Amino acid sequence: MIPELGHFALILALLVATVQTLVPLVGAHRGNPAWMAAGGPAALAQMLLVAVSFGALTYAYVVSDFTVANVVANSHSLKPMLYKVTGVWGNHEGSMLLWILILAVFGAAVALFGNNLPPSLKARVLGIQGLIGIGFISFTLFTSNPFERIFPPPLDGQDLNPLLQDPGLAFHPPMLYLGYVGFSVAFAFAIAALLEGKVDAAWARWVRPWTLAAWTFLTGGIALGSWWAYYELGWGGWWFWDPVENASFMPWLLGTALLHSAIVVEKRDTLKSWTILLAILTFSLSLLGTFIVRSGLLTSVHAFASDPDRGLYILAMLVVAIGGSLTLFAVRAPSLKGGGLFQPISREGGLVMNNLLLATATATILIGTLYPLILDALGGGLVTVGPPFFNLTFVPLMLPLVFVMGLGPLLAWKRADLPGVLSRLKVAAGVGLLAGLATLYVQNGGPVLAALAMGLAAWLFLAALTDLAEKVKLFRTPLADTWSRARGLPRSQYGTALAHAGLAIAIAGMVGSSAWKVEKISVMVPGETKQLSDYVFTFEGVERLPGPNYMSQTATFTVRDGDGRLIATMTPEKRVYPVAGMPTTEAAIHTRWLADLYAVIGDAEENGPGWTVRLYYEPLVPFLWLGSLVMMLGGLVSLSDRRLRVGAPRRKAAPLGPAVQPAE
Amino acid sequence: MRYLLYVLPLVIFLGAGVAFWWALDSGRDPSRLPSALIDQPVPEFDLPPVATVPVPGLATADLVDTGQVTLVNVFASWCVPCKAEHPILVRLTEREGVRLVGINYKDEPEDAARFLDDLGNPYARIGADPEGRASLDWGLTGVPETFVVDAEGKIRYRHVGPINPPEVESVILPIIEEARR
Amino acid sequence: MIRTLVCLLAAAAVAALAVLPPALALMPDEILEDPALEARARALSKDLRCVVCQNESIDSSNADIARQMRLVVRERLVEGDNDQQVLDYLQARYGDYVLMKPPIKPETYLLWYGPAVVLVLGGLGAAVYLWRRPRAGAAPEPLSAEERARLRRLLDEEGA
Repeated sequence: MIPELGHFALILALLVATVQTLVPLVGAHRGNPAWMAAGGPAALAQMLLVAVSFGALTYAYVVSDFTVANVVANSHSLKPMLYKVTGVWGNHEGSMLLWILILAVFGAAVALFGNNLPPSLKARVLGIQGLIGIGFISFTLFTSNPFERIFPPPLDGQDLNPLLQDPGLAFHPPMLYLGYVGFSVAFAFAIAALLEGKVDAAWARWVRPWTLAAWTFLTGGIALGSWWAYYELGWGGWWFWDPVENASFMPWLLGTALLHSAIVVEKRDTLKSWTILLAILTFSLSLLGTFIVRSGLLTSVHAFASDPDRGLYILAMLVVAIGGSLTLFAVRAPSLKGGGLFQPISREGGLVMNNLLLATATATILIGTLYPLILDALGGGLVTVGPPFFNLTFVPLMLPLVFVMGLGPLLAWKRADLPGVLSRLKVAAGVGLLAGLATLYVQNGGPVLAALAMGLAAWLFLAALTDLAEKVKLFRTPLADTWSRARGLPRSQYGTALAHAGLAIAIAGMVGSSAWKVEKISVMVPGETKQLSDYVFTFEGVERLPGPNYMSQTATFTVRDGDGRLIATMTPEKRVYPVAGMPTTEAAIHTRWLADLYAVIGDAEENGPGWTVRLYYEPLVPFLWLGSLVMMLGGLVSLSDRRLRVGAPRRKAAPLGPAVQPAE
Repeated sequence: MRYLLYVLPLVIFLGAGVAFWWALDSGRDPSRLPSALIDQPVPEFDLPPVATVPVPGLATADLVDTGQVTLVNVFASWCVPCKAEHPILVRLTEREGVRLVGINYKDEPEDAARFLDDLGNPYARIGADPEGRASLDWGLTGVPETFVVDAEGKIRYRHVGPINPPEVESVILPIIEEARR
Repeated sequence: MIRTLVCLLAAAAVAALAVLPPALALMPDEILEDPALEARARALSKDLRCVVCQNESIDSSNADIARQMRLVVRERLVEGDNDQQVLDYLQARYGDYVLMKPPIKPETYLLWYGPAVVLVLGGLGAAVYLWRRPRAGAAPEPLSAEERARLRRLLDEEGA
């Protein structure tokens, strides 16, 4: 009964989404206030109905209702409760429902928090959100219904893929979708602006918080995915340039560009059509990501079971959404006139540079990801585009970007004094140079790129701090004055500095783990010791232990430092999940903060007491996670900025002539 | 001119859309792997017979200038699809008179002998490749795999995975026919 | 039909798993004595795709064929091949797709030069945008009294 309720609620949600699309859009077109106002209640109703539907599926999982085919295929009565719940979105159908739920929540959020929007803009934004809702709800209902029953019901389920029974991956999809779907709001705002024919500073102020929220979530989603790969796949890698990873990384890069270009629209009333285009493309790439994962077009380790029919349906949606919005862009955008006078060397110029590099990086990844497919389509044969290609093309684009990132926030709007900025950054430049040289010296013949990147990371970190110090006039005025300046500084300034510093920290982590990882693969017998970096690992043996829905072979290692002090006991496992019939490896990780110690147990020797053992010394990897957290914190702090929270002033109140806007 | 710039994103997207549509509609299999060895001479290799199986081993010379088309089938006793494919191989040799030789991939001689005792031995020659090294020279990606080699010793076709009954008529026999010409 | 084939191949893979001892990426018995040669082998392994896997290099793949390919890489190195010769050896047997970094040839010009073209065109576009637009005057006009008042109001509002 409850699954039928969920199914019915989803059908109702489709109807409500249709109302949410048609009524406000037509109302805005005709200037009918009552019709325009219908968007808000419809968005709330849609959210409630989708929540009921999602709740029904969750309930089916929680009580292990094996009359529902989706539960049978992805759950098992012995599975821990956490994974019963997260199993809801651990499969194609359920994850679509989660996608829709998040979309509906964002729609409801616009309806609730968008009171200061002009009615016609709000109506159009909600209408576009409704349209996206129609696409995804109908896709789910017609091609991927999670509420389908099965008869006769089996005695037990087939269990969730054990790789997905993991805290990192359990919360990776919701975060990722919050990011992907969050960009739908920016997209809806962009389409609404094209329909209205008006883009101004107020518009940019409304778009910014949504983009910022989506960006923060997506940062978290990508970081969680990387973290999962790092500890679950068993060899300490965290990024593989896999199509599915690229699919989440492209919207992140372009969303970052959008975040920055929206600032230019807000402060300087220029770069308008470019910003609109970025908003459209960012969400388009999110849709493309969904398409790639679910259509089976590209081979990937992460792909859901593929189905060409679903692929065609999503492709049709892509054509309507992306093709439609780009057509609208081609028709309407040329009439958007930007004002804003500025010199090439200025904050605006720096942000253009940022956009150029980020957009090129996105294009590079897009070309690399789709190239095998497109070449094959043209009959050019089969090629593989793997990590070496991306490392060769992406990294060189990032180096100048990181350099400009250090300068950017110190440049003045309109016309910047570059020598002045450089002289204020001489400490950062000096320390960066020193860090690079020190790296070169310490690694003694290691990759030059690693030294360059470490230098740039130090430069960026200190430049971000310098920016804050400059803004509060640290050490140049009495401390009390600095303190009051620090308190008065807008939160978004702190957010910028945190996000930039976070990236600097993360870069250090990326360099450390790619350039200086130490690995020891060997056969060890119990009692044997191995030295890795400054640590001595003793292999104590392996025992068999039962888990709730798996059998484990747990190895024990004791780790001592150079002075013979015991610092950790590590217990990597090999698990077999009998129901899913799959083995997994559970690495043991002991963090020393500046580095991780990482141990994996392989197979026993066929005739002998030895075990295959993989030990890794992963320098600076914790910085990767720390940096991601700091970046997210930057996003949150910026999001809490009073100017964004209160919302933009009413459109009428802020028609500032561009020439009189103050430089910050 | 400036207007073109605004249409550009749409044009690029439509191009990508057509490629996607083709990829979905053509039934393209993204994990399909073409062989680099088509129309190349067979690789250099020399494999001993499988102990306890009374047919000779297999070497490059057995495939070059033989005057007839030869099927080279890579198989193993532990491979389930090989078992499924076996009757079709038997039929091809018996009814169609095709010359069939085998490469026994990473197998134990006793297991291979039992496999052939149970199911019959359609192979004129079998080379034992216990390390799988020679099979790699054939560009092997898995077992079973079947190659069509023409009279001169050129590889004309590679079939990945087991041959299904319908594929004998639709794919294998026409290719053998063509290789004979 | 393709679907059945994939299923059967999957079955083959499972069967192989059940009988042969599963190999987990690089195994200790594959490692060469000579550390310099082994380091080259590792680097090469990262540039070669495991032919039955999805976008996985033979260095990290658990597949049987990946192990076979790792062994061949080492065999070629021991016999004195240089890195390019090893890659060529496998490319000749499996085709271009075995290389993680596609060869530069007319079919891949767009892949290799596309990003640079995007950067150059984008850079030109940005330069035209930045230099051919009206500039902010060298000496900004002084603010009127009304503008100064509004500026003060705004600064107060932003709390700066």
